[in-house]
Amino acid sequence: MSYGRLVVVGNGMVGQRFVDALRARDTDGRWRVTVLGEETRPAYDRVRLSAFFDGVGEDELNLHTPDDGVELRLGEPVTAIDRDRRVVTTAAGEYAYDALVLATGSYAFVPPIEGTDLPGVFVYRTLDDLAAIRQHADGRRTGAVIGGGLLGLEAANALRLLGLATSVVEFAPRLMPVQVDTAGGAMLRRYVEELDVSCHLGVATSALRAGPDGSVAALELTDGARVDADLVVVAAGIRPRDELARAAGLPLGPRGGVLVDDTCRTADERIWAVGECAAVDGTCHGLVAPGYAMAEVVADRLVGGAATFPGADTATKLKLLGVDVASFGDAHGTTEGCLDVTFTDPATRVYAKLVLSDDASTLLGGVLVGDASAYPTLRASVGGPLPAPPLALLAPAGGGAGATTLPGSAQVCSCNAVTRDDIDAAIAGGATDVPALKACTRAGTSCGSCVPMLKQLLDAAGVKQSTALCEHFDASRQELFDIVRVRGIRTFSRLIAEHGRGRGCDICKPAVASILASLGSGHILDGEQASLQDTNDHFLANLQRDGSYSVVPRIPGGEITPEKLIVIGEVARDFQLYTKITGGQRIDLFGARVEQLPQIWRRLVDAGFESGHAYGKALRTVKSCVGSTWCRYGVQDSVGLAVALELRYRGLRAPHKIKSAVSGCARECAEARSKDFGIIATDTGWNLYVGGNGGFRPRHADLFASDLTTSELVTLIDRFLMFYIRTADRLQRTAAWIEAMDGGLDHLRAVIVDDSLGLCAELDEAMARHVASYSDEWRDVLDDPVRLRRFTSFVNAPDVPDPSIQFTEERGQPVPAPAGTAGTRQPVALGMPEVRR
Amino acid sequence: MSTATMGGTPMSTATVGIAQPGNATRSRWTPVCPLDRLDLDRGVAALVDGVQVALFRTADGLFATDNLDPVGGAYVLSRGIVGSRGGVPTVASPLHKQVYDLSTGRCLDLPGVAVRSHEVRCRDGLVEVRLRQEG
Repeated sequence: MSYGRLVVVGNGMVGQRFVDALRARDTDGRWRVTVLGEETRPAYDRVRLSAFFDGVGEDELNLHTPDDGVELRLGEPVTAIDRDRRVVTTAAGEYAYDALVLATGSYAFVPPIEGTDLPGVFVYRTLDDLAAIRQHADGRRTGAVIGGGLLGLEAANALRLLGLATSVVEFAPRLMPVQVDTAGGAMLRRYVEELDVSCHLGVATSALRAGPDGSVAALELTDGARVDADLVVVAAGIRPRDELARAAGLPLGPRGGVLVDDTCRTADERIWAVGECAAVDGTCHGLVAPGYAMAEVVADRLVGGAATFPGADTATKLKLLGVDVASFGDAHGTTEGCLDVTFTDPATRVYAKLVLSDDASTLLGGVLVGDASAYPTLRASVGGPLPAPPLALLAPAGGGAGATTLPGSAQVCSCNAVTRDDIDAAIAGGATDVPALKACTRAGTSCGSCVPMLKQLLDAAGVKQSTALCEHFDASRQELFDIVRVRGIRTFSRLIAEHGRGRGCDICKPAVASILASLGSGHILDGEQASLQDTNDHFLANLQRDGSYSVVPRIPGGEITPEKLIVIGEVARDFQLYTKITGGQRIDLFGARVEQLPQIWRRLVDAGFESGHAYGKALRTVKSCVGSTWCRYGVQDSVGLAVALELRYRGLRAPHKIKSAVSGCARECAEARSKDFGIIATDTGWNLYVGGNGGFRPRHADLFASDLTTSELVTLIDRFLMFYIRTADRLQRTAAWIEAMDGGLDHLRAVIVDDSLGLCAELDEAMARHVASYSDEWRDVLDDPVRLRRFTSFVNAPDVPDPSIQFTEERGQPVPAPAGTAGTRQPVALGMPEVRR
Repeated sequence: MSTATMGGTPMSTATVGIAQPGNATRSRWTPVCPLDRLDLDRGVAALVDGVQVALFRTADGLFATDNLDPVGGAYVLSRGIVGSRGGVPTVASPLHKQVYDLSTGRCLDLPGVAVRSHEVRCRDGLVEVRLRQEG
């Protein structure tokens, strides 16, 4: 094997996997690797592309880890391969290679239909495509997807989430024709239509028609029907990107793709192809798992190995439009003499089919619709004996056949070819949780469908899975809360000395600070507690991207006098702050330097304001509509209640922020159902809703109790909040807390209405203590010269303002000056498990 | 806490020794503030010859790094939470939580990212900093 310059064309999922695999094997760095990518982003997880519409950021989809040994050149597509001179050409120049790996992937096929070039017609392939779809959907009402396969249904769900009335047009007589059979397709259609996605099956699109604005407005179908669509996604399949190879004279497969043998080598011994652009022995594979296998084969070959492509596993499991669908092995029963076992339950709407060998002893494949919980076990059993009787396997909830029934040689993770033996060996070698198993075996790092099996195998091996807060504490937040409460611990140093290890970190310190604050341990900046607070709590203000802070005074219920409004205006003017009205009915003042904070607070406090706790994991605001005082429709005084509740719970520290609202009638103008606790007036009292939130994953609150008097209402909210503070995980909003609770809302009702745990008196007392001990955190700092000392930009130059904070003007207000003097901004990899704000 | 336990700072001294072998033109020690202006397990920012430096006082000693968060591009590292990871003293950026090794300046979450670390000592109750020169 000769080494030298290795050029990789393409930085998609498979290209990246190839580079990772090669670098892991080529430990001496004998290959000098250059990657040339067409997209301007490094590799990202295209399988999870739709997560973009759930608010998952680019950072979380990123698959690329920086590697000093690899030159990555993005936005630089290769335009030609010169095989004689062994160079590839880009707009920037030429790159010589000793080995060349093509990982160019595929493109979305757009059938030759009139109108596909209209504005508003998209494909569904890259993050840029999705961003363009989202932008075009803004203000539009209808959408359609051409193609009812896997990608088409994903796209349909995306259009639904964007608020468009959505149609799907599929040429085959059923949805997902490649993966599911006729009966499975019929079940799938029922699910899809229930979500108000209309299905047009067995017809083709004959033309796309424009509306008055020139962008697409409707589809004409071959059966004469017309479907309104202001936005159209074409998801009619993919085609290999083989144009470079074609132009370089390399042989192609019969249906396109760069022809390679089972070592993934092309007709040119120095050129290889992997992933969707490769036709292995003539066949292209459009799934990521076979692509990964090819990447591993070529990486192995390039360091002198003898790996060959093992053949493709076309098994698929997805959640499409909320419906679990899985297909694996010989799903269509094409094996000679095979037997079908089917299970259809119209009540639970589950359809399942197993394909067995002619003697019913060997599992060949299957289809699952509606409940795919048996998929991991079944997929791992293909080609082997059935792990349980067929009906036990197909019954919903998997019939008790888990990963523990698998033989050692069965693949648990077929994306990465990890067997049960591999997992068991890793557990024996000391892996104690799923992340550790992922790190040492790669199982579960691609599609993730085997993660439940990894947990089962850990359980079966007797490994207790960690709920540890971080590397410094083995206890969960809830356990720490009880330890602190029951043992009366009041300092972090004692807690970590007695119940933890090390010095703490940015996870456990703020979590413990919050616990101490919830249990009423004095001012959050007193003594050692100050060192636990993150910067927002430490400066009682909100850190902004340029290092300045914003200030939010409390405006309970959103009610404010003209005099106070004028003071806010004067303060903003005098300190040259940017002002913005927040979603919580108050006013945010941006651009304060740390040394200005006490001066700003002084002015605000003197005018009767106090901290709004916008910086804390604490109660933020209780919004209100104007209520019965003014409104023609209002039935109760929503402003009065909102003010009372905000003042009662102000300063209450919690595992996450808490928001609330009160609406004065059922028209719900205060949007109370999007809050952690929301109150809606009835003719006779108040309805209490709990567990709502906006943000990353919006959720409506659930009705908890009806027609309450004000005092009944307050008692229930007291208990709800205190129980949440005691038992929730770190950074867990109330919605996730209730969802994770055994028994959910019913259990919560039992605890705080019926006192099933005998806790209510304790919870009531804890809230009474909070209410009695509240004091304004800003005023407390102003009254204390030692605390005030912290509020300087520089310890050795208290009169020098931070020179890096500079402003420019936009729409008549100061805003941060563009970065440039202050270092270069880089993409940020966020390792946060939860919503960021 | 006595200055004796704070004065060691063996790690930052070693860092400078490696970075500047035999360099005759390294900068001078600049007194910054009395030791009692540094809270335990917390940082402050200081201006040393026009450079924004983040100073930290931890149970492991004194540390000094650049105040500039190289990822976020803002001068805020001194406001991060101090702690440890696997025995290494750390600070987490308050912007996006990347964790840096206080003794070397190396980012433990992003390969290839680092901040400069500076020499720091305590003399007669005064904290002094000597800037590490540009690489």
